Amino acid sequence: MASSDATAVPEAGVGDTTGVGDTAPAGPRERQEKRQRGRERPAPRGEERDDRRRERRSRWYRRDVRWSPYAFIAPFFVFFLAFGLFPLLYTGWASLHRVELTAPTDMEWVGLRNFSRLISDDFFWNALRNTVTIGILSTVPQLLIALGIAHLLNYRLRGSMFFRVAVLTPYATSVAAATLVFVLLFGRDYGMINWVLGLAGIDPVDWQNGAWTSQLAVSTIVIWRWTGYNALIYLAAMQAIPDDLYESAALDGASRWQQFLHVTVPSLRPTILFTCVVSTIGATQLFGEPLLFNGGAGATGGADHQFQTLGLYLYEQGWVNLHLGRASAIAWTMFLILLIIGAVNWIIARRLRKSA
Amino acid sequence: MATTSQTGGQRTRNVISGRNRKGAGRQLHGGRITHAVLILFTAGSLFPLVWTAVAASRNNTRLAQTPPPFWFGGNLFKNLEIAWTDANMGTALLNTTIVAGAIAAGTVLFSTLAGFAFAKLRFRFKNLLLLLVIGTMMVPPQLSVVPLYMLIAELSWTDQLQSVILPTLVSAFGVFFMRQYLTGALPTELIEAARVDGASSWRVVWHVVFPAARPAMAVLGILTFVMAWNDFFWPIIALTQNGSPTVQVALTGLGRGYIPDQSVIMAGALLGTLPLLLAFVIFGRHIVGGIMQGAVKG
Repeated sequence: MASSDATAVPEAGVGDTTGVGDTAPAGPRERQEKRQRGRERPAPRGEERDDRRRERRSRWYRRDVRWSPYAFIAPFFVFFLAFGLFPLLYTGWASLHRVELTAPTDMEWVGLRNFSRLISDDFFWNALRNTVTIGILSTVPQLLIALGIAHLLNYRLRGSMFFRVAVLTPYATSVAAATLVFVLLFGRDYGMINWVLGLAGIDPVDWQNGAWTSQLAVSTIVIWRWTGYNALIYLAAMQAIPDDLYESAALDGASRWQQFLHVTVPSLRPTILFTCVVSTIGATQLFGEPLLFNGGAGATGGADHQFQTLGLYLYEQGWVNLHLGRASAIAWTMFLILLIIGAVNWIIARRLRKSA
Repeated sequence: MATTSQTGGQRTRNVISGRNRKGAGRQLHGGRITHAVLILFTAGSLFPLVWTAVAASRNNTRLAQTPPPFWFGGNLFKNLEIAWTDANMGTALLNTTIVAGAIAAGTVLFSTLAGFAFAKLRFRFKNLLLLLVIGTMMVPPQLSVVPLYMLIAELSWTDQLQSVILPTLVSAFGVFFMRQYLTGALPTELIEAARVDGASSWRVVWHVVFPAARPAMAVLGILTFVMAWNDFFWPIIALTQNGSPTVQVALTGLGRGYIPDQSVIMAGALLGTLPLLLAFVIFGRHIVGGIMQGAVKG
């Protein structure tokens, strides 16, 4: 097989590949011409059978080049449409129906009632508020610390690879494992954190039952898991900053701190924006930490719903109270919030670019 | 590339002998304070993990005393055994290995094929389709759980592993990642040369694309495996503690009082984290490289 490939192709194949070749930068019309030229070229001496075989081969070849891209993207798009795009749109459809978990195929049209129920539900507004506060409490310190750590990691260090891997280990820890440990560490009576606070003369804090304290604790878990990851992303961007920027700043007499402020941070602007967007999306979806921080008490997010996030509220409506239609409405509301945040981010980015 | 620019930078810097020469660039050695801060931060990053092991080696009574234990006790293997059998962690580890392995393999294979097509081939609607992929990259999973649940309920797939494998088998991020990598790393001439030699598209993929993509495939595979191993939201909905749980589902069961012994819960958390920590010890360099690479290109 392989040898016949090698002998048969050079005559028929060459004109063909350069002509129809997917990668050649020729325009469609040009390709058409080339193809025709290839056809008109008088067949080299040979038997008729050879000719026909060559013709068949080149036809097969054209077809291969033309259709193989679709074959390559097909597996991805089949799964993507079935499990990505279709559910996304169908959620919108389901949000306009009454659907119960007990009979998911029984759908009753209710228009926008799921949404109006949502707006009049105090727990929705509570969850929205909590999501915003926990989002700020976790994202802002996380990114600031990450920026500082990245700056330090950017120095020439002994064991720099050790530090990089070590700061990433929390990322390897799952939400569940991390939260279970932190529940113990934040324990009111026997927790390590209260014990340390006790050494400093501070009374034990009831982390779980206070509104602010529980949100702080949940945020701590998020910060712990993601700071190292973000630090590495900043580090990568810092290493791409050209040295001469620092050199000219140094020539101008800028101190290290000024260099950080006036060279590093402005160069990192796109990366900072990127991490802001990703962290915001993550914060909007926060689910596992507040679910498990509540121990065995279910999806309420604390006795007074004090740390119930939108993600948790969605889960409670759908899989505890069995209202799938309402859960869909929450999902679309979350999406809307994300779009608004995205738009705000984009506007800020454009402003920054203009001012730069 | 990097080394030449670095030496170039050094040369210029040697020429410049300004008063602030020391303050320039990243050639600087970290001082004692830098090291101290980093060691402190690293300690904070590692402490909860180490303490998980400490707590797993004690017993429930000891964990309900102050001060909390700081060093290992003698109950580690007993607790691991209880977690393994009673809390279903053995099954869960096996299930998660299957799930994460299948998802990583599927994502790498399909992303490489699609990424190659988007990077190097010409076909109709290419830009439109790519835009669709990128546009949905940031859509949260919450937005599709309800229909997905209805789907698997309809197919009676609840509590079966395919219900968590199939929906996550491909990833838009993976396609984007491979496309970015192959655009730069795979010379178009190489494909053309293979074509001139009469190779079919599949042979081009096998003999040219896969070898060129191997480093990125490895990175994507590891990252996807980690993400699939730790995936939480959807498995919680699709699987149950007593059916065929993944590690995260089993841990959630533990956290919700399935077994009230705290030291056993910590043993379960340890079991569920250990495989990934091992992977980090072995592949740490590559994982770090992969995340940093993805950051620059994404």
